[in-house]
Amino acid sequence: MSYRWDFAPVLDNWQALAFGAIGTVRLFLVCLVLGLSLGLVVALMRRSRHGVLRWLAIGFIELFRNTPVLVQILWFYFALPMLVPVEISPFGAAILGISLNSAAYSAEIYRAGIQSIEPGQWEAARAIGMTGLQVLRRIVLPQALRRVLPALTNRGIEIFKMTTLASVVAYVELLQQGKLVASLNFNPLEVYTVIGALFFLLLYPLVRATYALERRLARSD
Amino acid sequence: MTGPLLRIEGLGKRFGDRSVFAGVDLEVARGDRIAIIGASGSGKSTLLRCINVLEHADQGRVILGGEPVGEEVRRGERTETRYSEAALVRLRQRVGMVFQQFNLFPHMTVLGNVMEGLVTVKGMGRDAAARQALAELARVGLADKAEAYPAHLSGGQKQRVAIARALAMEPEILLFDEPTSALDPALVGEVLDAIQALAAEGRTMLLVTHEIGFAYHMATRVLFLAEGGIYEQGTPDEVLKNPRRPLTQAFIAGHRRFSF
Amino acid sequence: MYRWDFSPVIANGDLLLAGLANTLALTGVALAGGIPVGLALALARLSGSRFLSAPAGVVIEVFRTTPPLVQLFWFYFGLPIVLKVEMTPYLAAALTFTIQSGAFFAEIFRAGIVSVDRGQREAARAIGMTEAQAMRRIVLPQAVKRMFPAMMERSIELMKTTTLVATVSYADLLYQANELAQKTFRPLEVFTAAALMYLVTISLVSAIAALVERRMAVSGEMAR
Repeated sequence: MSYRWDFAPVLDNWQALAFGAIGTVRLFLVCLVLGLSLGLVVALMRRSRHGVLRWLAIGFIELFRNTPVLVQILWFYFALPMLVPVEISPFGAAILGISLNSAAYSAEIYRAGIQSIEPGQWEAARAIGMTGLQVLRRIVLPQALRRVLPALTNRGIEIFKMTTLASVVAYVELLQQGKLVASLNFNPLEVYTVIGALFFLLLYPLVRATYALERRLARSD
Repeated sequence: MTGPLLRIEGLGKRFGDRSVFAGVDLEVARGDRIAIIGASGSGKSTLLRCINVLEHADQGRVILGGEPVGEEVRRGERTETRYSEAALVRLRQRVGMVFQQFNLFPHMTVLGNVMEGLVTVKGMGRDAAARQALAELARVGLADKAEAYPAHLSGGQKQRVAIARALAMEPEILLFDEPTSALDPALVGEVLDAIQALAAEGRTMLLVTHEIGFAYHMATRVLFLAEGGIYEQGTPDEVLKNPRRPLTQAFIAGHRRFSF
Repeated sequence: MYRWDFSPVIANGDLLLAGLANTLALTGVALAGGIPVGLALALARLSGSRFLSAPAGVVIEVFRTTPPLVQLFWFYFGLPIVLKVEMTPYLAAALTFTIQSGAFFAEIFRAGIVSVDRGQREAARAIGMTEAQAMRRIVLPQAVKRMFPAMMERSIELMKTTTLVATVSYADLLYQANELAQKTFRPLEVFTAAALMYLVTISLVSAIAALVERRMAVSGEMAR
């Protein structure tokens, strides 16, 4: 006897899911902006001549890359409030965990990109009298960013997937709302199928775009 | 056995809508040494690769020792040739190939490269295979390099190992695809000497080459490829010294530097 | 000022260690399953046959594109309904992570195989090897060496992803930490200790991987 799929109760709860989707997108956007921009700062610190800055950056990168992001989120949610006298909301904990984790990953991406620029570019810019900062901003970063664009897009996709982890601290996002709908209607199969499909439909165009970017870059370089 | 060792009938090959050659007929008898020359893009390498089916010909067939290679299947209007894995494995043991880029296996020692076919394809025991592989290496003067990895060899040495690897399979025909084109000029000689030694043994071989002087001395017959087929053929004296047709003449004139 | 006190953590250290053991066991199982699954998917993807490559492509893309936590929930809560089987947290996690890491490994295998020079396969075929022999003896050994760094990275990602099983009550390190934090009212110390245990384990694996990589780089056969 085969199972009869019934998607009607899922569709009836579209408002709850839509509400969750808004939470997902909100968390994603905040973490995307924070993670990728903080990553650039960390990458530049990592290249700094000051030993303290450099070691801070290295420590940060190693710490956040070598521990699971879910542990980071839970640490910020349960442990951090013990240290500092502030209330940390699920949203705040998720932002901290996902953004800092993404910053560590994207720092390594930026670093690889900057390193891939030939020394001749630095020398040529220096030779026309640019300062170090000018060379970085006008010559090196524009080229480096172009090269790492596919890797950054990939990181963005990872961040989007990571937002589901916020459900563990009961932040209202798509998966969290899915759990709710599934527990009310006893239909986890349909609910999680729909949620998986939603994520796929949202992200797959981005995945394809990344492939296209990679191909274009491979051709032009 | 009667008839030629290898016969090619009406062979044609196209890449996309560009025809490389069409209607190529060729007979190779035991002991023939055939040099194939021509401008780049004339399909010399492709012709060679169609013989051991690294490239699938679109028309015609290859007949080895009286047996057609592959199976002809009618498909609507046209026939196409299908090759079973077993047929390809048999064919390639009988027809050895030496590549322009050597294509040695970088993760195996020199000895491992030569033994590989004996063990994997012929199912020989490792000891017997090693003994035979060493003998083949000695033949090309590289027995002392048996334990080295290809990365540590010169181009000329690599190509001699590749020749030993092909010889180990005891093929009836050897195909050489521009065996010296990837080499520094100083290293060409040692590879040509190794090929010359095989010629002296009376082996059957087809050689695609740009070394016109070598072709003259080694070959029993020369094919000049142009205009999508065999444009002119004959003895080395006929084709290389006294070409009759204009494209051959122009090609040879461009290679005047060679010494007979 | 908060007074740190790790004594409750140390007193319950065996719980955390048992959790770590479960984390490693699950990672090991998912690796042991994921690598062959990945190889099979890659070979299917690269096979000329559309009947093999299209389904393999779907599996690879779906499992790489959807969030692992959604996959885990689907396998744990959803699949038993279709299959009418009992699903344990361990089984659901092993299944999810085997297929999920398999999808990622497939792309690593594919890239590695494609990166091996075409001449290698041709040379193998030219001495009479079958397609399977050429793949096994010539192409894969070279591909695997090149893939090693990416494989290690993915394995470490997998170990970190296994923390998700805590959400379906499999007693991995994170789950044990969460239990302990509630029991001892010492979340700061417990979660810090757990994070440090992950940090040490993962850093150790990374260091070993880097060592092996260097070894492979200096061995003669890799020189070009």
